[in-house]
Amino acid sequence: MNWDDSMPMVSIKDVHKAFGDLEVLKGVSMDIKKGEVVCIIGPSGSGKSTLIRCINALNDIQQGSILVEGQEVNDPHLNKLELRKKVGMVFQQYNLFPHKTALENVMMAPIRVLKQSKAEVEKTARALIKKVRLDGKEDSYPGELSGGQQQRVAIARSLAMNPDVMLFDEVTAALDPETVGEVLLTIKDLAEEGMTCILVTHEMNFAREVADHIYFTDRGVIVEHGSPTTFFDEAKDPRTKEFLSQIL
Amino acid sequence: MESFFDWFRILYDNTGINLPFLYDSYDRARMWNGFLMTIKLSVVALFFSVIIGIIGAWLQNSPLKWTRRIVNGYIQIFRNTPPLVQLYFFYFAIGALLPKVSNGYGGEVPILGGFAWAAISLSFFAGAFNVEIFRSGMEAVPKSMTEAAEALGFSRLQIYKDITLPLAFRVVLPALNNNLVNLVKTTTLAYAIAVPEMLYESNQIWSDNVNVTEMMIFLLLAYFFLVGVLVWGMNRWERSLKIPGFGT
Repeated sequence: MNWDDSMPMVSIKDVHKAFGDLEVLKGVSMDIKKGEVVCIIGPSGSGKSTLIRCINALNDIQQGSILVEGQEVNDPHLNKLELRKKVGMVFQQYNLFPHKTALENVMMAPIRVLKQSKAEVEKTARALIKKVRLDGKEDSYPGELSGGQQQRVAIARSLAMNPDVMLFDEVTAALDPETVGEVLLTIKDLAEEGMTCILVTHEMNFAREVADHIYFTDRGVIVEHGSPTTFFDEAKDPRTKEFLSQIL
Repeated sequence: MESFFDWFRILYDNTGINLPFLYDSYDRARMWNGFLMTIKLSVVALFFSVIIGIIGAWLQNSPLKWTRRIVNGYIQIFRNTPPLVQLYFFYFAIGALLPKVSNGYGGEVPILGGFAWAAISLSFFAGAFNVEIFRSGMEAVPKSMTEAAEALGFSRLQIYKDITLPLAFRVVLPALNNNLVNLVKTTTLAYAIAVPEMLYESNQIWSDNVNVTEMMIFLLLAYFFLVGVLVWGMNRWERSLKIPGFGT
């Protein structure tokens, strides 16, 4: 499939996903262009996390289409490795490998998956750790780092694969309030460098500040979307208004 | 050294406590060879039983139904039958079916001797338990951890080798320790097919010298010492694998 970066980087069309009898996504569509930062917000259980997990095929979908740089994800013969080289993901619980140091965590995937040379990878990895402001912590094990520090290692680990899109699944939800800021700052840096980012988040102020586009989901559908200003100040749907009145 | 050995001859003359494997050079050589044979059989069976455990646990998670069934069948057969019966089965039933080879003196000998059958039989016996031990450890590794590796593009085998197995290994070491202790003690069954290990050689010595009591006390102490060395080594290994900040 021919794809060039004037087309949407991620194109989601009429996606349906059910876990058994529970329908979680009931026809979701959205387009994300290169360099865009998109925030998905909504009440818990509305399908936000499921949606972004579908983008890198951690969850499969029953119906619809997800194109990542023109590659169809809803395909039984999907080349998952190709997809995952393009899409990086950061999780709520960081999920660092506890038996590897911060530096080794960042280095592992490029060495094992991309078969890059160790010396080269180490150089990039050290630069990435510096970029997430963790220089000096290279040799610490995840268990010796705070939640915020672990999450920043996880971001560096994802970036080491040099992805085109980054997915952030409620990455600050498990953090102490005082470490949330440092993680958001790291993501903001990335966004400003032009990385395409899709975030599921409950940090409304952050979404307002960095997002190009905000989607509000409820019960498996997109209820409303728009730029941060129109979304936060001129929400039309009663469900959006109710949600915003509860959290703002 | 010679005077040390002679002291036991004097001990025998004066007290009747008969330890010919110390003062008699012929019995000494028999005992020593038996001791080495026990160690050799233990090391070979330990090694292969752990390998069987690691590979079996991997195959147990295979997407292929028949692979899983075969592994489970293997576990049931070897766990639910007595090891002595297994050993006889291998030595007498399977051994009889295999071709014989010339021994170079005009006679014919079985292609596999007692030692080989004991090593094979004990490896499969302990391996069946090891598969279950490793499986329990793999189940203790959070799914989110393997998901993170999947999102980085790791293949199933890479995830097992680099993440699941190293983490599972640390969890299962105490259980593995137990099984390996049992395995070392079970090597005495090789006596039944005339493998000249420590129990077999002791039997030879007490038949010649009629000193059953002394030999029994010695055997208990010798195995106590042997297993003690194994346990000590395993405990040291367990400590050296401890990850800073991980677990308790």
